[in-house]
Amino acid sequence: MRTDDLVSVLAADATPRPGMERAFALALVAGAVAAVGGMLVALGVRTDVGAALETVRFPWKFVVTLALAATAVVAVRRLARPETRPRDALPLLALSPALLALSVVAELAVVSADVWAMRALGKNGLVCLTAVPALAALPLVAMLAALRHGAPSRPTISGAVAGLASGALAATAYAAHCTDDSPLFVALWYPAAIAIVTTAGALAGRVFARW
Amino acid sequence: MGSTVGDDAEIADLMRAANAGDARAYATALSAIAGRVRPWLARRCAGRGVDVEDLVQETLLAVHLKRHTWQPDAPVMPWAHAIARHKLADALRRRGASVPVDIDDLAETLPAPTTDPCRAVDLARALGTLADRPRRIVEGIAVEGLSVREVAQRLGANETAVRVALHRALKTLSARFGRS
Repeated sequence: MRTDDLVSVLAADATPRPGMERAFALALVAGAVAAVGGMLVALGVRTDVGAALETVRFPWKFVVTLALAATAVVAVRRLARPETRPRDALPLLALSPALLALSVVAELAVVSADVWAMRALGKNGLVCLTAVPALAALPLVAMLAALRHGAPSRPTISGAVAGLASGALAATAYAAHCTDDSPLFVALWYPAAIAIVTTAGALAGRVFARW
Repeated sequence: MGSTVGDDAEIADLMRAANAGDARAYATALSAIAGRVRPWLARRCAGRGVDVEDLVQETLLAVHLKRHTWQPDAPVMPWAHAIARHKLADALRRRGASVPVDIDDLAETLPAPTTDPCRAVDLARALGTLADRPRRIVEGIAVEGLSVREVAQRLGANETAVRVALHRALKTLSARFGRS
């Protein structure tokens, strides 16, 4: 077939198409609903939530996880465009780890050294490690679907960031259930749980985000 | 392809008109993109056993199916070249060449080959793998220059159904490119 003929065929299919913003907005809403809904049904919000909200540590968990969710969603949206290089999107992702690191330093300063280990291990480590990936499953499917609508030059990296965004949404929902609020706990278990989702995203992106 | 359209701003204007439903502007934009991408691909294909026109067509198909990933306020060509680069890397991988994707620097020093006559074969091969009906739709438009409405009349089908079938056929063609 001649290239001019192909152009005629493509022009015949020139109907307007939904944009990328819509795809990722839908994925974000669907993912957030799935993560929060899953948490409410399977785990429930912690019973002392009213008192917890008046502390510093409990609300801070949401600052960290929401910062990660927001930056990862922005990054994966950028990566879904073919001309985006990883270095145009990935530096954003340093924000949440930086916030978490700051709070770890603060915690180490205000809490005596003999309780550091107890605070870090907490009571819910294994729950965190299983609940976050489980809550992230549907958000990851939604994010990968949006990514597939796009055209990422780097499917594996883009899939990993989709996983990071989904893991962050799930962690945000999970944080409302978990009674371990110390930044030491958050810094130990949350990254491990989110890393599982990120790895799943990378593997899935490699296969499903190709075009 | 005697079109002299090639200015970045002009291509962006055409693409915006295309997004608003102007099929003629879209055809001109696609031809202009082909004209810009062809020498770019030719430099990078030299001596690698990849047919340039096949890649131009594969790139156009991807540009079409992924056109919503272009931002209307951004220049078109960096986006189109990124798609071409992706398709080139894909083609080299398919042919078993373990060549890194980032070949820009070295490619600038390679000579541009003489212009290739449009002897693309991959698309024709992929077209042959389509079912009878979608193939007749694509060929009716491509080879005979019919409109969607004329194809619909000939097949005794609803125009919308033909549009849907055409879009599906293009997705299938893109997926089967160079893989049969």
